[in-house]
Amino acid sequence: MPRYALRLRRFTPETRPDAWWQDVEVELDAHRSVLDAILEARERDGTLAIRFSCRAAICGSCGVRVNGRSGLACHTQLGEAAATASGGVIVVEPLGNMPVLKDLIVDMDPVHWAKVASVQPWLVGADPGRELEYEVAHETMVDVTQAMACIQCGACVSDCLSLEVDPAFVGPAALAKAYRFAADPRDADHEGRLRRLAEDPHGLYDCTHCFACIEACPKGVAPMNQIMRLRRMATTDHAIDDGNNGRRHEHGFVANVRRNGLLHEAELLTDSYGGRLHPRTVPVLLESLTAVSRALRRRKVGLRDALGHPHRGRFPEIARYVDEIEGRPERVELNLYVSGYDDEDPGAVASAPSGEDGANAATGPNPRRRRP
Amino acid sequence: MPAHDVLIIGAGLAGQRAALAAADAGATVGLLSKVHPVRSHSVAAAGGINAAVGEGDSWEDHAADTVKGSNFLGDQDAIAVMCEEAPREIRHMEHLGVTFHRDRRGRLATRPFGAASRPRTCYVADITGQALLHVLYEQLLRHGERVQRYEEWFVTRLVQDDDGAVAGCVARDVRTGRLEAFSAPSVVLASGGAGQCYQPTTNAFICTGDGIAQASRVGARLMDMEMIQYHPTTLAGVGILITEGARGEGAHLYNAKGERFMERYAPDKLELASRDVVSRAEQTEIDEGRGFPDGTVALDITKVPRKRTLEALREIVNIGRDFAGIDITREPIHIRPGMHYLMGGVKVDTDGAATVPGLYAAGETACVSVHGANRLGGNSLLDTLVFGRRAGAHAARHAQAMAAAPIPSAHVEDDRRAIDAIIARPHDGSKVSDVRRELGATMHRHAGVFRDADGLRSAHEAVQRLREQAHRAWIDDAGTMFNQDVLGALELGFLLDVAECIVVCALERDESRGGHFRADAPQRDDERWLRHLVVDRDADGRPALSTVPVTITRWQPAERRY
Repeated sequence: MPRYALRLRRFTPETRPDAWWQDVEVELDAHRSVLDAILEARERDGTLAIRFSCRAAICGSCGVRVNGRSGLACHTQLGEAAATASGGVIVVEPLGNMPVLKDLIVDMDPVHWAKVASVQPWLVGADPGRELEYEVAHETMVDVTQAMACIQCGACVSDCLSLEVDPAFVGPAALAKAYRFAADPRDADHEGRLRRLAEDPHGLYDCTHCFACIEACPKGVAPMNQIMRLRRMATTDHAIDDGNNGRRHEHGFVANVRRNGLLHEAELLTDSYGGRLHPRTVPVLLESLTAVSRALRRRKVGLRDALGHPHRGRFPEIARYVDEIEGRPERVELNLYVSGYDDEDPGAVASAPSGEDGANAATGPNPRRRRP
Repeated sequence: MPAHDVLIIGAGLAGQRAALAAADAGATVGLLSKVHPVRSHSVAAAGGINAAVGEGDSWEDHAADTVKGSNFLGDQDAIAVMCEEAPREIRHMEHLGVTFHRDRRGRLATRPFGAASRPRTCYVADITGQALLHVLYEQLLRHGERVQRYEEWFVTRLVQDDDGAVAGCVARDVRTGRLEAFSAPSVVLASGGAGQCYQPTTNAFICTGDGIAQASRVGARLMDMEMIQYHPTTLAGVGILITEGARGEGAHLYNAKGERFMERYAPDKLELASRDVVSRAEQTEIDEGRGFPDGTVALDITKVPRKRTLEALREIVNIGRDFAGIDITREPIHIRPGMHYLMGGVKVDTDGAATVPGLYAAGETACVSVHGANRLGGNSLLDTLVFGRRAGAHAARHAQAMAAAPIPSAHVEDDRRAIDAIIARPHDGSKVSDVRRELGATMHRHAGVFRDADGLRSAHEAVQRLREQAHRAWIDDAGTMFNQDVLGALELGFLLDVAECIVVCALERDESRGGHFRADAPQRDDERWLRHLVVDRDADGRPALSTVPVTITRWQPAERRY
């Protein structure tokens, strides 16, 4: 059996004020998990603390960082972990963005659970007195199941870059939870939910679209995708003009790409605020001059790019694509769960991307009807 | 000292449902759990929950299937209560937000499950337990002012008043190590099963029989403890569960010779016979040399249309990929029977009341008995919700006329001394983890799918020897914060109590029925054994066995074929 070296980050405030490292070696098959290795180490030193229970990636207890990447210890195979380890030593640390209590155990209450609680995380039944179940389309339940599959392990919270900058950000897990209700046809508070999240300066538009939560999530919830869907619902479906300028920014972004074929950043600011001559734009433009001049000085951007239109006319087909997609009666959203029956549309699975990642292979289209 | 009308111990489906029901009935509720509630093992229930919601289905058919599945050991009055309440309870959960999958008309969809006469299992993909558990937790967040949550509090013992009624419990704050007495005139035990008596098991590490052992220690009667369910499809090695939903959706079982062997054991229901029948068939194939070299048979899910697998069985697609390196939509996966469920537990009536005043139990901790000698897939989630609700409501009613009495500090001091003594044990001989490992192997070997008197006797001796060792078994951690070592030592005591009951009951019942198969008495013997075995404690605290009759109302015992 192969041997694996692990370096565990320990924090034992009862005996030592600072965190320290413990090196352990285990002999286990390559397909066994990092949790198995930690439990093997615990047999020799029972002072090592980690939350663990199901060892089947469903209870969400054993969230840790392995070689700097957040995930479940029980869901990370030793062989894979060793392959990404620098110097052959698998480094295990507690989750980030949350206070460490002891060893690999963090306090999820003030960060993770408080934020989940802030998004009104329960169904506001549209018809609470009814006797039978709500009659809803199968696809809508399957769609919501992806966000609902979140096991609250905190891996996405740990890796969220926006949370690092703005600890008040509602964060990926809570926003995925919010999507689960905003997209549930049985819920009576879609508009209210979306409006609160859109108006919250630490809400819907605080996500920087960095994909870290998608990579961290062991259950394929893809929180960032759910955040983007919340934005489309807020802007396109409910036309919520938020104080964070989120809606205009999104529309300005699309208009900018449609016009230029590729994003022309010099015009993005004015597009987002309603055009160069709009009264909203003037103070923002003035405010941005410092940043622009700094960028020019540091050569992050050249004068020609800033003032000219380097892409214009090079990709005329982009405008056509945008018009075609925007002109469809239904918006197609991609969902992890395939839905539908086998006697319908047999081509859908064949055309889904398949590869090493079974989660991707299970991606299927899911239409969401546009509102008038 | 925290005082409530109703204390609930354990925050899985039964506990959370009981908490909400007790709060609805106007009681103040304290909910203790040794893990965060969403980490409870209910989260791992995959395939679904049974209810006669389909057109043409009836609760009577559901009950008849359950009675037959129990091999006529289930109490029929209790089964009738469960099956009749099932549709209402499931729709209640649907109204709270559970995303049950739908049929083409938008109504609750049902999938076929083992030993059911028709598709009756409602589901959310193959994460039904998680879907239910998280929705109940949402309701606890919503009603935070009515249910006080004590998350990561480990209950060490139940406390009785001078008259023998339950008056509360002692618990340790896992984060700080602080011991505290909790007072309440009603206590609902909902702390799950005891799968960790066995290795391997599908059960989580937290399933250590705490509530069953604690109830027994205050004199509550246990019932059907010999009835252990081995699930037919668990991964070789680690023992992770592959949902029965796979066979429900059409997967087949093959031995190493490529034979669909269930044709020989259950010609009508094949792979969808009851779990005890399928597990015995698999073990027979393996024992008689028709299994694979790794001691398994093959589950072929490629029979299920791929699109359907990806929608309705996604979790086991992930399990296959992550824990066995197999794409189950393209190749068979090796499985074997694995310890899964305890049909027995704390004997309660249909209101959840145990034999000790003020004590209630629900879910896997309890034995109503709706599962008898073999539980049907999809009935455990139903059991937790229906009897969790009833136990919570009745516990609230019981508490109405009574005030919480202060718990004498001697109880807390006793446990403090006991914990200090564990920490102070000399570091020689066995560690707690060594004893636990040997217990698991012993139980799997002698009290598993096939049992006989010799094996059970040696298991009984082993358990008694391990109990002696456990009194001296040492641990590393001397601290207070998250001292999981010391909790492990306490859990080992609970496990040994439960294991002893399992073994002595299995030895006593010299017939074969459901999950209890005696190779030395392979026939069902209704004349002597159409009775429940119950366990009380004698003056020395040892298990004392007797029998009580099975409640039979309208379904007469008959030969059981699938």
